[in-house]
Amino acid sequence: MPKDTGIGASSKRREDIRFLSGLGNYTDDMQVAGQAHAVFVRSTVAHGRIKSVGTKTALGMPGVLAVFTGEDFKDVGGNPAGWLINSRDGTPMKEPKRPVLAHGKVRHVGDAYAAVVAETLQQAKDAAQVISDETEIEELPAIIDMAQALADSSNRVHDEISDNQCFDWGWIEDNRAAVDAAFKSAPHVTTLELVNNRLVPNAMEPRASIGEYFPGTGDYKLTTTSQNPHLTRLLVAAFVMGIPENKLQVVAPDVGGGFGSKIYHYGEEALVLAAAKQIKRPVKWTAERSESFLSDAHGRDHVTKIELACDKEGNFLAFRTATLANVGAYLSNFSTATPTFLHGTLMAGPYKVPHVYVNVKTVFTNTAPVDAYRGAGRPEATYSLERVIDKMCRELDLDPFEVRRKNFITTDMFPYTTPVGLAYDTGDYHATLDKAMELADVAGFEKRRAASAAKGKLRGMGLSTWIEACGIAPSHLVGVLGARVGLYDAATVRVNATGNISVMVGAHSHGQGHETVFAQVVAEQLGVPESSIEIVHGDTSKIPFGMGSYGSRSLAVCGSAMTKAVDKIIAKGKKIAAHMLEAAEGDITFADGKFSVAGTDKAKTFGEIAFSAYVPHNYPLETLEPGLEETAFYDPANFTYPAGAYICEVEVDAETGKVEIASFTCADDFGNVMNPMIVEGQVHGGVGQGIGQALLENTSYDENGQLLTGSYMDYAMPRADDVPFYVVDASCATPCTHNPLGVKGCGEAGAIGSPPAVVNAVIDALHRGGHKVAHIDMPVSPARVWSAMNA
Amino acid sequence: MTTVTMTVNGKTVTGEVEGRTLLSGFLREGLGLTGTHIGCDTSQCGACVVHVDGKAVKSCTMFALDAAGATVKTIEGMANADGSLSVIQQSFQDHHGLQCGFCTPGMVMSSAALLAENPKPTEAEVRHYLEGNICRCTGYHNIVKAVLAASGQDVPAVAAE
Amino acid sequence: MHNFDFVKPSSIADAVKALSGDGAQALSGGQTLTPTLKQRLAQPSVLVSLTGIAEMKGVCMGADGLSIGAATPHAVVAREAAKDYPGLAALAGGIGDPAVRNRGTIGGSLANNDPAACYPAGVLGSGATIVTNKRKIAADDYFQGMFTTALDEGEIITGVTFPVPQKAAYVKFNQPASRFALTGVFVAKFAGGVRVAVTGASNNGVFRWTEAEAALSANFAAAAVEGLTVSPEDMIGDLHGTPEYRAHLVKVLTKRAVAAAH
Repeated sequence: MPKDTGIGASSKRREDIRFLSGLGNYTDDMQVAGQAHAVFVRSTVAHGRIKSVGTKTALGMPGVLAVFTGEDFKDVGGNPAGWLINSRDGTPMKEPKRPVLAHGKVRHVGDAYAAVVAETLQQAKDAAQVISDETEIEELPAIIDMAQALADSSNRVHDEISDNQCFDWGWIEDNRAAVDAAFKSAPHVTTLELVNNRLVPNAMEPRASIGEYFPGTGDYKLTTTSQNPHLTRLLVAAFVMGIPENKLQVVAPDVGGGFGSKIYHYGEEALVLAAAKQIKRPVKWTAERSESFLSDAHGRDHVTKIELACDKEGNFLAFRTATLANVGAYLSNFSTATPTFLHGTLMAGPYKVPHVYVNVKTVFTNTAPVDAYRGAGRPEATYSLERVIDKMCRELDLDPFEVRRKNFITTDMFPYTTPVGLAYDTGDYHATLDKAMELADVAGFEKRRAASAAKGKLRGMGLSTWIEACGIAPSHLVGVLGARVGLYDAATVRVNATGNISVMVGAHSHGQGHETVFAQVVAEQLGVPESSIEIVHGDTSKIPFGMGSYGSRSLAVCGSAMTKAVDKIIAKGKKIAAHMLEAAEGDITFADGKFSVAGTDKAKTFGEIAFSAYVPHNYPLETLEPGLEETAFYDPANFTYPAGAYICEVEVDAETGKVEIASFTCADDFGNVMNPMIVEGQVHGGVGQGIGQALLENTSYDENGQLLTGSYMDYAMPRADDVPFYVVDASCATPCTHNPLGVKGCGEAGAIGSPPAVVNAVIDALHRGGHKVAHIDMPVSPARVWSAMNA
Repeated sequence: MTTVTMTVNGKTVTGEVEGRTLLSGFLREGLGLTGTHIGCDTSQCGACVVHVDGKAVKSCTMFALDAAGATVKTIEGMANADGSLSVIQQSFQDHHGLQCGFCTPGMVMSSAALLAENPKPTEAEVRHYLEGNICRCTGYHNIVKAVLAASGQDVPAVAAE
Repeated sequence: MHNFDFVKPSSIADAVKALSGDGAQALSGGQTLTPTLKQRLAQPSVLVSLTGIAEMKGVCMGADGLSIGAATPHAVVAREAAKDYPGLAALAGGIGDPAVRNRGTIGGSLANNDPAACYPAGVLGSGATIVTNKRKIAADDYFQGMFTTALDEGEIITGVTFPVPQKAAYVKFNQPASRFALTGVFVAKFAGGVRVAVTGASNNGVFRWTEAEAALSANFAAAAVEGLTVSPEDMIGDLHGTPEYRAHLVKVLTKRAVAAAH
């Protein structure tokens, strides 16, 4: 019998009422009294030296209140990279300054070099156009291709970085010789060169920010589309603007999706704050979609050569990869971690492979910055592994299911330390594979293939077994790996005098449903109705601290903090109850919302204890403070390791090359599931994005650095008729061993596991149709499939 | 500036607009009806879909003055008279047909238009009808489910077809 | 976008007058023009909406064939032409998405003549007549290359008259992002012969595939075009498909349109 409340219940989302009624409160929905409008002037060339910025005419235009250029910010700090990565030779990565507005040079199409603030949006746009027209930029050759960028030191994205390389990272460098030796003696080696296509995150709400300054107190307020308001506050305060942290409030109200792109601090946020201070009025900026395409951090963009060494039976002996990872024109906040510690550390997959070596060179180019996008590094690792394994199976004529099975880490091997430095705590990869095969009816494939063939379609089946490290992240570990922040989280549980509860959490919900799920968890722990609990997030003035939501971390990290804070509430409640019930504290038990003296019928309800804490007439004031509010910080002991098996079936129209997803099946292990409905929804969304990457989405710059896919007219977003109903299952749960809820995280899973399943299925379909195509790069568009078939 | 009058969610409204003022802008900034969202600038995403004289239109691709005299319905006008969610809205909540909520108003308005035209659509018809509404969160699974359920059809049976 | 005066005349005469002014531009549904204006790629001083003109709306069957008012939205054509000209109605019902079809009009589509639009294929494939406030223009004379037509400055399309073929079908292969036609083929079988019009494929806009017309006029079966080849020369090459791919699609879609024609 499914539960109808608390942990494990598919509670309907409370936030839906406002979203379905048009009463959401997104940043652009706000009209702050007296607000002026900012518009950015963006480079139309990919690379150029700024000779002069034409601000003079614009300053005299109707409604214009202020104009800013890079010159105005040349003395403020740069927007920093959050991780310091060292190259193989021990030298630290190159860290060019990322300014609020471009100064000296523009480095990608869309690089903002000036901003106008005016009374109305249209006036600001008119002035921005004039600035653009009157600005002189000497165009330089664009650096787009990564290999060329590394080879040609005469043309530099940043003048001080001669080879356009940020770092050359080896993981684990000490293992390299052993890996090379394993390849030398291996009975079989499969090699695959592939591209993990650049993606534009495309949260449906474009970025927006409102800056406010209060001259009376010197306080600032930034309302912004952020996945992590505290991190933004930290970056703005400590690095970019030098505003004291306690004078800056950052609010992330309803946020319309993030997928990574709203983790980072962007220059537009700093600009609206600076502008608000200068004109002493609120300043608002909202991106248009075309602006988002040019200026949001993009994702993926790896070019990889992966090699797999194995015996003739398909037992893995070693993996070796060499990757060029594009970081774009500037380092975005997580951009150095994504291709390294979120990628290289996953290159053992769920397999007991003894030797792995990963090399990643990150390259500056005249393109938009690239950073974490749903999955962040782990989809790249999974795609490389699952594609090369598939290719090996074909080369050796082995069954892809059996090959996975014989290489899986088995349940008796946990905890298991991989050759790339992670310690998996728990999992059962055979169970999820078995479940996926059952749900996908693998046994019935031949019949379905024949039915497709009768319609003139080629049917194929593809498998991907995936693992990720999420619940980001243990601070001590990431500190060793180069992180410049801790990655704990925090929560405050405030029991109000009337007994209802406010929970202030550092995680931020921009679609994940925290307001509902976190309340379910607290309700379960305290034995009170979900409706008595309010989850507060997204405002640095209301919540203690937090590192925000990304990396499937909200429940595993912030949820753990919340759980610990509730434990403290219960512990204090026991002390109060012991006093009120005249019993020893050790004799007080708490269950079903009641504090009882063990073995008696003496009890106080949770509400009575709360009341007593705020009206302490009969209260142990000499030993206990009144009030009932507790804060906990939680720093995870390890990453969490969700894993699963995905099976995709496709039909290929051999005449046109068009691929249709016939079915998509997911069997995942997320550990304990708090709200099955929401977990399923997360998987659906991730798979939808993964299918988008595999079949549709392509970010293409031409040789001059112009973005050819700068709108939905050319960037193919998955639509409702591009995808099927998905079959998802999370029943094969092995709870996380090191967090209180036993949860692992589900947000990124779908986007990690799905692309290789789709591509493997397409290759399978083509082979079954007699087309010996080894590989097609994503997106596997009709034109690419047709070309591969007719090569 | 020109004066424009139309009926929005059952009320006659009048406002001053420029020639270039889009219906979406008039609704959001002029009337404070910010449930209608702007997700793109090429008339693709559908976050701005409202009903004009009973038909779904992209309000970011219609000038306010072109809607003079028209009857407009937005997401804010979708609830039942008693304030409760209408069948289609309720179905989106029941079936978790939304996550971040940004595409949701347009998605609901398009879905309502579909059901008005075609009360018992097939899964394929729902998917095809919603091709002008982009959602980045849900993978569309629960949106399609919500629309089918709102049409009174047995969702698992349809989904299995 | 730049500002402009917005006028919405209720008669063709008033529309013509409004359009005679300096910087005046017609708006007929605006599903393409509005995004263009947002990008500031056009800068009219007056925008003349044509969708308030009753005499330019509607679908009716007459002696010359099926007449469609230029300001008739795609959704109305999809519904009201379904009985008399199902192939054309299906084409209209596949343009854009439902919200676009409720606003976009046949006149607007033809005046714009986007090389990947659907209507030009239906109009050229049908051998339709474009009726303006000044004259009648045969489809074969009307389309003059990408975004180029026979219309004079200030001339307004008021309607289109379609001879109704015995059988017809339009098959579109979507460009995956915009969902315009990556390539689309309209095939119409008349008593006097077959017309085949192709959109989306050519750098010169919509065109007739005359070899296929000849082959299909002799034998209206998909197999009839099997032996023909389409030259990739002058075909569009972009990130969604090479000229060779588009040329290939022309043939595939022609065969499918023949098979689907009814």
